[in-house]
Parts: sequence; structure tokens; C-alpha cells
Amino acid sequence: MATQHSRSAARAMMAPAVFLLLVWMLVPLILTLWFSTLDYRPLRGTFDCCEGLGNYVRFVSSSAFWDSILTTLQLLGGVLLITVVGGIGLAILLDQPIWGQGIVRILVIAPFFVMPTVSALVWKNMFMNPVNGLFAHAFKAVGLEPVDWLSQFPLFSIILIVSWQWLPFATLILLTAIQSLDSEQFEAAEMDGAGPFARFGYITLPHLARSITVVVLIQTIFLLSIFAEIFVTTGGAFGTRTLTYLVYQRVIESQNVGLGSAGGIIAVILANIVAAILMRVVGKNLDA
Amino acid sequence: MGRITLDKVRKAFGDVEVIPPLDLRIEDGEFVVFVGPSGCGKSTLLRLIAGLEDVTSGEIRIDGTDATHLSPAKRGLAMVFQSYALYPHMTVRKNIAFPLKMAGMDQAEIDRRVDGAAKVLNLSSYIDRRPGQLSGGQRQRVAIGRAIVREPSAFLFDEPLSNLDAALRVGMRLEISELHKRLATTMIYVTHDQVEAMTMADKIVVLRAGHIEQVGSPLELYRTPRNTFVAGFIGSPKMNLIEGAEAEKHGAHTIGVRPEHFQISTEGGTWTGTIGVSEHLGSDTFFHVTVPGFAEPLTIRAGGEVDLHYGDTIHLTPDASQIHRFDAKGLRLP
Repeated sequence: MATQHSRSAARAMMAPAVFLLLVWMLVPLILTLWFSTLDYRPLRGTFDCCEGLGNYVRFVSSSAFWDSILTTLQLLGGVLLITVVGGIGLAILLDQPIWGQGIVRILVIAPFFVMPTVSALVWKNMFMNPVNGLFAHAFKAVGLEPVDWLSQFPLFSIILIVSWQWLPFATLILLTAIQSLDSEQFEAAEMDGAGPFARFGYITLPHLARSITVVVLIQTIFLLSIFAEIFVTTGGAFGTRTLTYLVYQRVIESQNVGLGSAGGIIAVILANIVAAILMRVVGKNLDA
Repeated sequence: MGRITLDKVRKAFGDVEVIPPLDLRIEDGEFVVFVGPSGCGKSTLLRLIAGLEDVTSGEIRIDGTDATHLSPAKRGLAMVFQSYALYPHMTVRKNIAFPLKMAGMDQAEIDRRVDGAAKVLNLSSYIDRRPGQLSGGQRQRVAIGRAIVREPSAFLFDEPLSNLDAALRVGMRLEISELHKRLATTMIYVTHDQVEAMTMADKIVVLRAGHIEQVGSPLELYRTPRNTFVAGFIGSPKMNLIEGAEAEKHGAHTIGVRPEHFQISTEGGTWTGTIGVSEHLGSDTFFHVTVPGFAEPLTIRAGGEVDLHYGDTIHLTPDASQIHRFDAKGLRLP
């Protein structure tokens, strides 16, 4: 791949893919940008130009916007906390030599393969249903009043569902990191008088720092666009309306494409800001 | 103090006995080298002493107290690992200070000891770097530094020089020997390299398949190997072991003559052979000589400036006082 000729050949062969990706990204982006400056309400048949920044102002100044930002951040923070802490714990457990290790590992990873809609429905109907759900039965079995999860703790319930989906991802990445830890380092620390907790804090955790960074970054990207889980459980009610869901409601439920597009652009900008902050704060771990 | 006694120590992994019951005494201040081919159990033995492996049966005593079931940290031993096992995210200073910090020592004392160790090992110029920025030899020094600050009753070295290049290895060998002279602390050193064993040890323990084949000073092993294994293992190049009719002339099953114990001549001698490959090292020349009737070619050491070449006929006379005799089981005959 080093000669001039092979390099230009590579470039030529890459070109179609790059072109396709660019078109795929640019066309929707430009369309959205354009729509966001229009008063575009298909059901009323309005398609008027030159709203300027009016849609943006309207989107940001509605109280739903700030609530949705807060909800998005709560969801993000909650899921990240549960998956990272739980992922480290599970990874350490799975790293122990146990009987049936292979099967256990596959089982742990399984939730990741379940579609978000399906897993959310399973949680909603099988576990969290206040009458027939397993949790309700469990509560009744010990003499407690069953909880209607999705209306009493709606955001927490969604955080639980999403965490269940993303825990395998975190576990998988952290498990491979733990397996690459040099056992002699551990033994050295043991001889140096470090107990199990000190060994975890001084050896394992710093070793995992880079993988935790990767987990946080990748999950953040995907969690900001969580949609199906909210759609099939609460439908955005009870304070579970994230920014993504708000944009959906503006476009589909209120049939205001212009306002929704403005929200979409704001969401893109905010996601980039979050990503930039994250890269600053935790991305340092990725160097060296 | 660092007197370590192993009493019928046995180690098995499942059904596989790695170390059959074994007794060993290591005196205070001794430099003991465990040497043997790979897989002979020397590292396992060291790890048993360190407490990183559990003893299956038997007893380990350190300074007279039973340490068989003590945790590694409580045995007062420090270990230098083959991969150095430095903590990659800590600076050199923090690496060296780690055991002291774990022991809950106060910061002033930690600083004093770390600076002392850094001075002794010439680490001061890179004390604030991380292990990833250091060369192999420097990492080795840091690992030793981390061991000496604890002021342990004994040091354990697990093939510490095997990751270094040849020149550095000779240098570090000297440094470790000097360190031993200065600290006068017991050191146990595991290696597969008999040159390291010969040059550094007060006492060599030759191991094979978990058995101790012989224990003694380097020269004792060189002069009076107890069996053919030790005879072949100690000394470089290897001792020539000759079986058959020639051995029977000396009333033995096998006789051994070291490469350096031959008189060579072009006129006449006990054995006559043809020179095969010769290795010229400058100071010495090693000839591989094929002698009719011998199963294997002999290795002969000659001076650096000998004018003999491939295919030349050579006459060899073994030094009569330096012929080692072994019986059919490979044990030394008096």
C-alpha cells in the first residue's frame, strides 16, 4: 500500500463509498436545515418560506425544551452509572474461573442482541405490569403493595430497561480489558501488601480507565438518541420526554415539520457539545 | 534476618505433582540461585516461598516462624518479576513508594526511603517518568528499587534478566551482585542461565522435574557434579559425556571430560578425531571433534590462536585428574 500507484488506486476504490456516505449524510442535513427555516405544516397545507430563526426561538423558549434536556441528561447519567459500575462488577465476576464459563458469558451478552422495542415491551408487560408482572407477583409474595413502575417511577423504569440493554456491551468491553491485565502486576501488588480493595483501586481501575472511556463515549452517542424504549412504554408521558422524543412529537404529533427540524438541528448541536466535553474530560485517557 | 527453611514442601496442581517433597535450608545473607531447564519447577518453588502459590503439604519457615499459610505481604519478602510488573500508570517515584504507602508509613519516611533507593540505583534522573518511557534496564532498576525500599528479610528474583539484551544483562548481573554485597540480605534468584548461576551464587540449587539434583557452591558443582545431569548442566560449553568402551576402561558406565580439560596436539594422544565446526571467540576457540567410536562429537576448548581448521586431524588427551566417572544410573563414582 505504499507505492504512489497503489495509493491512488485505493483512493479511487474508496471514492464511491465515501461519496455515498457524504450524500447520505449531507442530503438529510441540508433538508433539515432548510425545513427548519420554513413554516411547514403538511396537514394544514402551509409551506411558507422565511421564518428565519423563528422556529428555533419557539422551540427553545417552550418549557418542554428545558424539561426534555433535563430528562435526557438524567437518562444518560443514570444509564452510564449503572452500566459502568455494573459492567465492572460483572466483568470481574466473569473473569473468575467458573464452571460453564462459555455459556454464562454468552447469556450475559444476550440482551444486547434483543431489539430495543422487543426488550422494552418484555419489560413493560412481563416485569413491570402492576397486575400480571413478575415484579408485582414478587411484591405480593412478600406481602407488599405492587408498584406500577411505569407511572410511579417512569424515568427510573426506562433507565432500568436501557441499562439492561447496554450492560452487556459495557461488560464485554471491560471484560476484555480485565483479561489483558498482567497477572504479575497483581501479584506484585499482593506482595507489596495491597489488599483486595487496594489492588482494585490501584491496579484494576487505572488499567480499565481507557475502556471505561470508550464505553462512556460510545454509549453517550447511542443513548442521546434513545427512542423506542420511550415510545413503547410511556409514550413520552410522566416526564420521560427526552429531546429526541420532543422532536418526534413536534414533527409527527403536532405535524409541525419546521419546528421539529429546528429541534433536530439543536439536538445535533447539543450532542456535539456533549461529545466535545466528554472528549475533553475523559478523552485524555485515550492518549498514550 | 532472612533464614528460610523448606521442610518436605510439596506442590501438586490437581494430579500433577510439580514439586515432590523437598527440603532446603537457605542461610541468612546467602545468595542462592535456583537453576534448571525450563519446566523444572524453579519458578514454582520461588512462588511457593513468596506465598503466591499455596503449598500442598509441608512447611515453610522464615526466621524460624512458620510462614506456610501467611499471606505474601506478611512474609517480609520482596520479589522482582520477570516482566518487572511495574504499575504502568504510576510514576517511578510512586511505583517505588507503593509498598510503603500500603504499609501506611508516613510521607516523610516514604520520601526519605524512596530518595535513598533512587540514589543507590541511579534512578534520580527519571524519578518522575512513567515505566512506559523507560528502557528495559531502567525498568529493571525501578523494580529492584521497589523491592529494596521495603527493607525485606529476603529478595526473590524470578529470571529478572531474561528480557534484557546481552550487554545489559552482564551489567545488571554485576549490579545485583554488588547490591547483595552491600545489603548483605538473603537473595533467592531463579534463572535457567547457568552462567548467571555460576557468577552470582554463593549456593546453587540445581533442579530437575521438581527434584533437587544437587546443592553446593558454584565450584563444588563444577568440580564434583553428583550426577550426569548436573555435570551436563553446569559449565559452558557442556561437559563431554562418553559412554561405552572408553568409559569401561575407567571402570564406569559414563565418563565426563570438560572441554577445557584436554591436551590437544597434532602428533599423538589418547583419542584421534577430525575437526568439524570450529567457533572462534578470540580468547578461546571451540572445536567440535568427531572421534570414531564415540556417539557424539566432543567439544574441545583451545587457545585463541590455534592454527587448526575444518577437516584437520587432531589428537586429544584428557587430563587424567579431571575425568568424572558415573555409574549406569548416572550417579557419580568416587
